[in-house]
Amino acid sequence: MSEIPAEVTGWIGQKRYPEESEFDVERGYVLTACSSVENGNPLYWDEKVARELTGGWVAPPSMISVWCRPHLYSPGREGEGLALKVHFDLKQKLGLPEAIMSEDELVFHAPVRPGDRVRSYQILRAVSDLKTTKLGRGRFWTIEVFYENQKGELLVEERITGFGYNRPGGEAEPSAVRQGGEAAAQRGEAERSASGRRDAK
Amino acid sequence: MSGAQNLTIDRVKQGQKLPELGCAVTATTVVLGALATRDWRPMHHDRDFAQVRNGVRDIFLNTPNLAHWFERYLTDWTGPKGRPGRMKFFMRGSVFAGDQMVFRGEVKQVETDAAGCGWATIDVSVSVEGQVMTSCTARMALPTAADDNPWRRRGEAWKP
Repeated sequence: MSEIPAEVTGWIGQKRYPEESEFDVERGYVLTACSSVENGNPLYWDEKVARELTGGWVAPPSMISVWCRPHLYSPGREGEGLALKVHFDLKQKLGLPEAIMSEDELVFHAPVRPGDRVRSYQILRAVSDLKTTKLGRGRFWTIEVFYENQKGELLVEERITGFGYNRPGGEAEPSAVRQGGEAAAQRGEAERSASGRRDAK
Repeated sequence: MSGAQNLTIDRVKQGQKLPELGCAVTATTVVLGALATRDWRPMHHDRDFAQVRNGVRDIFLNTPNLAHWFERYLTDWTGPKGRPGRMKFFMRGSVFAGDQMVFRGEVKQVETDAAGCGWATIDVSVSVEGQVMTSCTARMALPTAADDNPWRRRGEAWKP
């Protein structure tokens, strides 16, 4: 796997997987999200404040991925809804079954408002040469995701750095539990990040 | 404005520390956070799955919810006029049910851009037992005066 397949290099710079969220941005989820982190910002709870500062209700900017995740079940859909499909394409095409997200940058533009229908697309920006890290041997890649509203206004730019890899030796998971150290935590992070993205759209 | 306090950029200095925020993370914290971010994966609600399949000691916070924790921590400090412009996360480890997590922040840079928008760049981290699990560099827009409002900025006046 020393060479990057031409199909993969051909993806670099391409706008892929344009999608629209399954439902409108709605305030119930905003309140649930605020409740989950005890966010008492009056911008999200006090309509007078929201009218005065933002011309009406808005959603916390960091919630952007919430609006684009598929439901666990959706009638007529076959298989699991995948988020960040470019990431999973890379894992498959490069033969790298494990992955972590090591960095994630969000740049916030127009506010997201209840009633918005969020659209997104993904662009692969770079794939590295083979690297060896303490997790294993693999490649780093950078994917950008652009989120827009139904009017075509840019809401958020997201730039994600992932590392797809093969585990060295493939040691058993329970030993990591007993060690209780960094390896276990990183393995958890790897599974969380990759799987979380699997459920995100 | 409903009594909410708003930090203006003139009251922010490089090196300024944000008040610490501590939170005892429970299973409810993790599960509520996962559901609030529509993350249905079992390692965020099923301890058996987390232990047996992931090899970790318990269920743990998911990244989108942790992002919201960071945003809450920052806007607790700024007040509602504080508008997030940019957040960059570096993931190092997980925060598990049963952990006591602590958020800390320090102002790294203060500036006013060409459009007159006030900006504070803050390094934020969440730690467990002194070990940083995720760090974040955030760029927050702050009002330059009591009558300024970063949320009104758009187009050329908003350069996050």
